[in-house]
Amino acid sequence: MLITILVTLVYLFIVAYLGYVGFRQTKSSKDYLVAGRQVHPLVMALSYGGTFISTSAIVGFGGAAGTLGMGLLWLTVLNIFFGIFIAFVVFGKRTRKMGHNLDAHTFPELLGLRFNSKFLQGFAGVIIFLFMPIYTAAVIKGGTDFIESYFQIPYDVALFFFVIIVALYVWMGGLKGVMYTDAFQASIMFIGMVVLLIFTYVQLGGIVSAHQQLTDMFGDENVRQQTGKLIAGGFQGWTSMPVAGSPIWWNLVTTIVLGVGIGVLAQPQLVVRFMTVKSNMELNRAVLSGGIFILAMTGIAFVVGALTNVFFYKSAGKIAFVAAGANDSIIPVYIKTFIPPWFGTVFLLTLLAAAMSTISSQFHTMGTAAGRDIYEKALGQKGNSLFITRSGVLVGVLLSAVLALLAKRLDVSMAIIATGTALFFGLCASSFLPAYLGALYCKNMPKAAALWGMICGFITGAFWIFFIHEKESSSLQLVKALTGKTSLVKDTSFARLAMVDPLLIALPVSVVVTLLVWITYVMLKKSDMDVNHIERCFKGV
Amino acid sequence: MLGIPDASIWSAYVLSIACAILCVVYGLLNWKRGMENDEQQIIEERVWESQEREIEESL
Repeated sequence: MLITILVTLVYLFIVAYLGYVGFRQTKSSKDYLVAGRQVHPLVMALSYGGTFISTSAIVGFGGAAGTLGMGLLWLTVLNIFFGIFIAFVVFGKRTRKMGHNLDAHTFPELLGLRFNSKFLQGFAGVIIFLFMPIYTAAVIKGGTDFIESYFQIPYDVALFFFVIIVALYVWMGGLKGVMYTDAFQASIMFIGMVVLLIFTYVQLGGIVSAHQQLTDMFGDENVRQQTGKLIAGGFQGWTSMPVAGSPIWWNLVTTIVLGVGIGVLAQPQLVVRFMTVKSNMELNRAVLSGGIFILAMTGIAFVVGALTNVFFYKSAGKIAFVAAGANDSIIPVYIKTFIPPWFGTVFLLTLLAAAMSTISSQFHTMGTAAGRDIYEKALGQKGNSLFITRSGVLVGVLLSAVLALLAKRLDVSMAIIATGTALFFGLCASSFLPAYLGALYCKNMPKAAALWGMICGFITGAFWIFFIHEKESSSLQLVKALTGKTSLVKDTSFARLAMVDPLLIALPVSVVVTLLVWITYVMLKKSDMDVNHIERCFKGV
Repeated sequence: MLGIPDASIWSAYVLSIACAILCVVYGLLNWKRGMENDEQQIIEERVWESQEREIEESL
């Protein structure tokens, strides 16, 4: 325990020191642009990875793999293909150039300036400010669950300490996005996860042997009894996909794989990262290390998450979910029970690094959404924007902590961390993706099309979350307070809709509305965009 | 294959590695492409970065 605390303090000291050195370098450099160009591409690429991956992916989605199986690897495929390759090559380069052309510094600002609409910027800012705390709470819960299991302390106490550490990090300048700090944290994450994979496979006799044991386990009568509820929901074992069309299939495919896999393309805190790079060369190089990094993070978390079942079953005759007591506790309890204590400390640092590098970018995004997007630009106010921005960060911290506290009171079987993350990712994709893609690629797309697509996508997504999609609506309680049911469609002939993720409904609605408004403008030969402004946006793109 | 009976699972296992390899190949092929030395672009970038630093200071 003492060694763990000491190692954690040393780690925090190194993070603070690197932050200080990096900040001083940029401050003292006469031409920080040139200085920035000399940064090693690996440092630059690792800093992306740290922002991408959080405790949510490792603890939350790793735990989901422990319950639902290796089907989550489809999310790894989407994460690498869409989250890295498409995001950097198709979206990144144009975002960077257009962001610089327009002097945009936040994602809502990029959309607002591109379509020349302060309302659009403010609306996007409000969505981010209101809903991002759900994602931040999921990241905080991931770290807290681990501290709770590892140190055997109550969740509330673990949450308090975790938030204190995060707040200290933020206070020490963690929001300044210093590249060396992010790269250091990503390196720890990479090493921690690779060691975890090697240990797990070696203990189970190699790759094929490990998978085979997991496959064979499902044939055991005792395992079938423990997974009775899951089997009723469509589960067919950890190395098989669930029955197509079953509740578990809908959850795995539409919420976890598609929701997060596609949602990553319109993540405000990631879009901003494209604008901070010096040239397209860095983006090209970041594709290389980004692909490997995401494979090492999510791929390992999902494989190890599923394989924990073999460990738990061999030692206690229980599947992972039953042995750990909750979906989100599977990875922490696995580390605590089966991994040598020295690695437990390394993994604690891995999770701290994963949480802090993501949380800092989330607070950055929430603060600028409040101060710059809503207060300064949409409301046209001046003078107190510094106060509003900092207050925005503070409110974000408090709201996220309260949500993380409340999350513990939810049904433990529902993969709370993964669900919270998917909710935000899906809502972002539904609201922003058509407008974002149009902003980058369609010169003649009207402002009204972008705006109405965003509004309808958001309203549909939010309605589906609060009133239809039972996994979320039952926890949010609003529909129950109004109708006494956990979903509006429950016990009706449309009951199957309660399994469909909001993304699958709201994103098509957003796309269709965008296209309808656009077609109407074309037919009426109307235009609400200035030609010179469009030329300015696309200069050099 | 790989001790995994369901083709839709082992194909995800293999595809995730293949996607990472795709990223590596793309990164290597374009390793030296995209460097911007154009004076005007560097000036634009400098303006953007100075504004970005002001925002970070406010945080």
